[in-house]
Amino acid sequence: MAVSENDVRHVAALARLGLADDRVQSLVGELNGILAHMDVLQQVDIGGASLDPDATQGMRMREDVPNPIALHRARDEFAPSMRDGFFLVPRLSTHGSTDDEGEG
Amino acid sequence: MSTTNVTEGYEMVIGLEVHCQLKTRSKLFSAASAQFGDAPNANTDAVCLGLPGALPVLNKHAILLATRASLGLECTVHEVSVFARKHYFYPDLPKGYQISQFDRPLATGGKVVIGTHADGSEKYIGITRVHVEEDAGKSVHDRFPGYSAIDLNRAGTPLIEIVSEPDIRSAADAGLYLRALKQIIEYTDVSDASMEEGSLRVDVNISARPVGHQAFGTRTEIKNLNSFSGVERSIEIEFARHCSVLRSGGVIEQRTMLWDGHKGEVRPARAKEGSHDYRYFPEPDLPPLVLSPAWIQEQRETLAELPAAKRTRFVSQYGLSNHDVEQLTATVALADQFEAVAAASGNAKRAANWMLGVVLAAVKVQGGDVTSHPVSVARLGALIKLEESGAVSNTAAKQIFAILEREDAEPSAIAEREGLLQVSDDSALVAWIDEVLAEMPEEAARFIAGEKKLQGVLVGAVMKKSKGSADPKKVNQLLGSRIG
Amino acid sequence: MSAEALLSRPAADVAADIVAGRVPRDAALDASLAAMDAANAGPDGLNAVLWTDTPGARADAAALSLDTGDLPLAGIPVAVKDNIATRTMPTTCGSKILEGYVSPFEATVIAKLRAAGAVLPMKTNMDEFAMGSSTENSAWGITRHPLDHTRVPGGSSGGSAAVVAAGVTRIALGSETGGSVRQPAAFCGIVGVKPTYGRVSRHGLVAFASSLDQVGVFGQSVDDAALGLQVIAGADPLDSTSVSVPVPDYRASRESGGDKPLDGVVVGLPEEYWPDSLDARMRELLDRAVQRLIALGADVRKVSLPHTSLAIPVYYIVAPAEASSNLARFDGVRYGLRVEGDGLRGMYEATRSQGFGPEVTRRILLGTYVLSAGYYDAYYKRAMAVRRLIGDDFTKVFASGVHVLFTPTTPTTAFVAGSKKDPYEMYMSDIFTATANLAGVPAMSQPIGRIDGLPVGGQLLASHFDEATMFRVAYALERALGGEAHS
Ligand SMILES: [Mg+2]
Ligand SMILES: [Zn+2]
Repeated sequence: MAVSENDVRHVAALARLGLADDRVQSLVGELNGILAHMDVLQQVDIGGASLDPDATQGMRMREDVPNPIALHRARDEFAPSMRDGFFLVPRLSTHGSTDDEGEG
Repeated sequence: MSTTNVTEGYEMVIGLEVHCQLKTRSKLFSAASAQFGDAPNANTDAVCLGLPGALPVLNKHAILLATRASLGLECTVHEVSVFARKHYFYPDLPKGYQISQFDRPLATGGKVVIGTHADGSEKYIGITRVHVEEDAGKSVHDRFPGYSAIDLNRAGTPLIEIVSEPDIRSAADAGLYLRALKQIIEYTDVSDASMEEGSLRVDVNISARPVGHQAFGTRTEIKNLNSFSGVERSIEIEFARHCSVLRSGGVIEQRTMLWDGHKGEVRPARAKEGSHDYRYFPEPDLPPLVLSPAWIQEQRETLAELPAAKRTRFVSQYGLSNHDVEQLTATVALADQFEAVAAASGNAKRAANWMLGVVLAAVKVQGGDVTSHPVSVARLGALIKLEESGAVSNTAAKQIFAILEREDAEPSAIAEREGLLQVSDDSALVAWIDEVLAEMPEEAARFIAGEKKLQGVLVGAVMKKSKGSADPKKVNQLLGSRIG
Repeated sequence: MSAEALLSRPAADVAADIVAGRVPRDAALDASLAAMDAANAGPDGLNAVLWTDTPGARADAAALSLDTGDLPLAGIPVAVKDNIATRTMPTTCGSKILEGYVSPFEATVIAKLRAAGAVLPMKTNMDEFAMGSSTENSAWGITRHPLDHTRVPGGSSGGSAAVVAAGVTRIALGSETGGSVRQPAAFCGIVGVKPTYGRVSRHGLVAFASSLDQVGVFGQSVDDAALGLQVIAGADPLDSTSVSVPVPDYRASRESGGDKPLDGVVVGLPEEYWPDSLDARMRELLDRAVQRLIALGADVRKVSLPHTSLAIPVYYIVAPAEASSNLARFDGVRYGLRVEGDGLRGMYEATRSQGFGPEVTRRILLGTYVLSAGYYDAYYKRAMAVRRLIGDDFTKVFASGVHVLFTPTTPTTAFVAGSKKDPYEMYMSDIFTATANLAGVPAMSQPIGRIDGLPVGGQLLASHFDEATMFRVAYALERALGGEAHS
C-alpha cells in the first residue's frame, strides 16, 4: 500500500490541516517511508490474538450528581473570541455544506 | 401527474433513527449540570469544553435509563458494550469527536408492536440497536452578524439512539411506530420524549423500490423533523420524489434532505456533503462497559409495566373495550389515575366513562395533567358511587363535579345542598309532569295523541323543572302512561 | 547547610528535616531556584525550563502546615512537564497552538504533589505534544543535554530529565507514551519510572495517545523516584482508566540489607532486547549489571518475548491514530491559538497548520490515514491485534515465574542534536521502551555506567501493578553499582 498525493490531501482535509503544495509532496515521501516499516505487520499471524474488548477491568461509573470540575479561570480568559457568554466562530451556513459539514 | 400515479408500482422502504434525551441531572461523561435554559455555556466544565487533559467519566444513571429503554423495546442488553469515538469537525462538537457506540452497542434486536395483521398476528417494526452517546452543543446563527455563536450547555447530555430495521412501508406506519415508541419511552420514564422540545429527534432513511424487488434502492436521509405529522408528510413527499426520479429513468443521489415545516417541502441540504469518514475507533479513555447479568435481570424485573401489557390487563381485568383501553393507557398518569378511581368507586366501567369524558374534558380546560386536577380520586370515587346508587342522576353528577372543582367538599354534601338528590317519589314527579303538560299544551296534545317522538322534549322539560333531580327513568315511565 | 549540599541529599531526608524544623521550609526551593538560573539561562543554557512561578512556589512553601499534615515532600521542589495541567503556570505541551494557555483546572497528580507538601516552581520543555525522542520538536527551542550541550537529553520529557540531571531538582514529573521518561532518563544518567497503565491518574495530563499515556517520575536516585511515584499513585474518580489496586510502600525495600537482598527474585533477560547489533561497550555495562544482580542473589535466566520487533510498527500506528483524535480538539474555538482564514473551514485549517509543528502534523496525518475508511482493518485493527500478542508475551513470561525483566533502555547513548533526520530512525530510539507502554506493564530506567562520559541506562520491567518488586531490584542494583553507575 502506498500513499498518494491525493491520499495526503484527503487525510489533511479530514484532519483540517492546511498544507502548502510543496509540503504535500514531501509528506507523500515521509508517510510512505514510515508506512513501509508497517508492512511487516501484514505478515503476522494474528490468529492467536483476541479482538474482543478486554472486559476484565470494567468501567467505574459515577453517580448522577451535578458536581462539575471547578474552573478557576473565566471562560473568556482562555477563549479566543467570546460574546455574551457564547464562543464565536466565523459564521457557518445553517445546514451542512462541504465547507463546514456537521452532524444534524 | 398525481401522487398516486407516480408512486404506483413502487414500495417505500423506511428505517428511522430516533435520538432520545435521557432524564439525568448531570451529563453523560461529566458532572456538569444537564439543566436547560441557563446562561450560555454556564453548564460546561473541563470535560464538556474539551479542555486539554479532561477525561470522560460515565454517568451510572444514564446507563440505567438506557438499559430500561432497551428492555422496553424488547432488546437484548449486552453484558459488554464499547464506547467509540466518531470524528467530525463542527464548532458545537468540542473534542472533534462524539463519544458514541459503534460495533458493540448497549442493546440490539428488539421490536415495537404497531398493531395486528389481518390474520391476527402482531405487526411490528424491528429495532436494530440502541446505543448510548453524548449530544452536541448548539450553534446560534442569527445572533451576531458574521458569526455563529456556540453554546455548549447541551454538549455532553446523554442520548440514546434507537435505530429501527428498514421495516416501515408507509408514512402511516412510521407515525404508528413513532407514537408507540414515544409511549414506551414515556412508560419506562427515561425521557420527556418531546419532539417540540427537541428531546426526541427523528431522522428518516427512505428509499423506493419496484414492488416485488428485494434489493434496496439508494436512500436519502431526511433531517430537521420536529413533529410526527412532519415525519409523515415529509415521507410522502420524498417517496413521491424518489418514485418520480426512478420512473423517469433517473438515479437517486444518496444525500441529506431537510424538512421545511413552514413551506411543507423537502429540500436538499444546501450543499452536497463530503463523503463522511467518521474514523470510528474504541474510546481509549473508557474501558468497556460491563453490566452483570444479575443487574440487567434486576432492571428487567423492576421495569414499569409496558403499554401493551397494560392494555391486555385492562381488557381482562376491567372488561373494558379495546377502544376505551387504548385511550386510558395513552399515558401512565392517566392509566394510574383510572385504576385509582376504579378502585375508589368500585365500578371500573363507570370510572372509565368518567375519566375519558368529564375528567379529560375538565383537564383540557384547566390545563396541567390528570394527576393535578382538583377533584381527588377519593371524591371522584364517592361521586361515581352516588351516581351508581341512583341517588343522583348523571346530569346531576356532572353538576356536582363542576362544583367539586371549585369547592373542597364531599359529593353527597353538595348533592344535598344543591337539591340534586334524585327524586323518584311519584307524587313529586307527577306534579312536575302536570305542570309541564300545562305549560306546553300543544306538544302535550300531540304527544297524548300518540306522537311518541315528543317524549324526549317533555322529559327534558321535566328534568329542567326539577333542576336535574328527577329520576329520568321514572319520568319516562310516568309520561309513557299518559299516551292515550 | 549549603545549597549544593541540600540538593545532593535524598528528597525524603530533606523533607523530613523541613518537617522537623532542622532545615528552613524554603531552603530546598531557594537552592533549586539558584540552580535553575545557573543551568537554564543564557545562550548556552539548557533551555530545559519553560515557565516559572517563583512567587507561587514561595507562597506554597510559606503556607506548609508542617505540624499537622503528613508531608512526605514538604518543601521539596518538583519540576513538571509542560503537558500536565497547572493553574499557576502555562500548559502549552511545547506547542504554539497552546501559547499562553493557562489551564483553569489542575491535574490530579499536581493536586497530590501539593497535598504532599511539594512546591512547584517550574514547567519543563518537551517535544511538542510529547511526540519525539529528543526534545528537538518543541515550539520553544531545543533542550540541551546537561553533560554535552551538542547532544539531546532524549525526549519527549527531555526538559524534566535535564533539570534533574543538572541537579536543579531531585524529582520531576514527565509523561510516557512510548518511553518518554525512561529514554531521557537513560540519556541523562538518572532514574525514570513509567508506572503500570492505570496506576497514576491521567486527569490533567494532556492526552497524546490515551491508551499508552502515563505520568512518569524522574529521580536523581531510585529513592527519589519511588517517593515521587508513591505520592502520585492511586486510583482517581476523574480517570476511568485508573485502577483501584492498593498502592504498597515503594520505599519499603530501600534499606533491605544482607548480602543477598534479591534472594528468590527471578530476573529474566529477554533475548530480543540483547541483539547481536548491540553496541559492545553497552553490552559490557549491561553484563556488569547482570553480574551484580546475580551477586545480590537474583536467579537470572534467559527468556523470550517473541513479538518484540513488532512493537515499533504497532506503536507508530496506534499512537498516531489516538493522537489524531486527541488533537482534534485544538480547533481555535474555545481556547488556544486561533488564526483567521476563509470562513470556519479556513479558520480551522489556518489555526491547525500554523499551531502544530512538522512532527505533530506528520503524526496527525499518519493517524488519520490508518483510521480512515479502507485502511482501518489493514493498519489500526491489525496493529491492535498484534498489540495483544505483545501483551501476551509479557503475561506468559511473568506467569512462568519471572519477577522482573532486565534490558538496555536504549540502543544508543545520547545522540548529537540534529543528527536524526529520518523520522523512522528517530522512532527506533523507542525500540526497547515502547513494549512496556503497549503491554501496560511498569518499567524503569536507572544508570548503570557511562560510555565516553555519556550515561547508559538499564531497564527493569515488572508485571502489572508490581512496581514494588521493580523498585526492590532497582534499590539493590543501585547500591551494588555505587559510583560505577556514573562512571
Ligand atoms: Mg445516526
Ligand atoms: Zn446519534
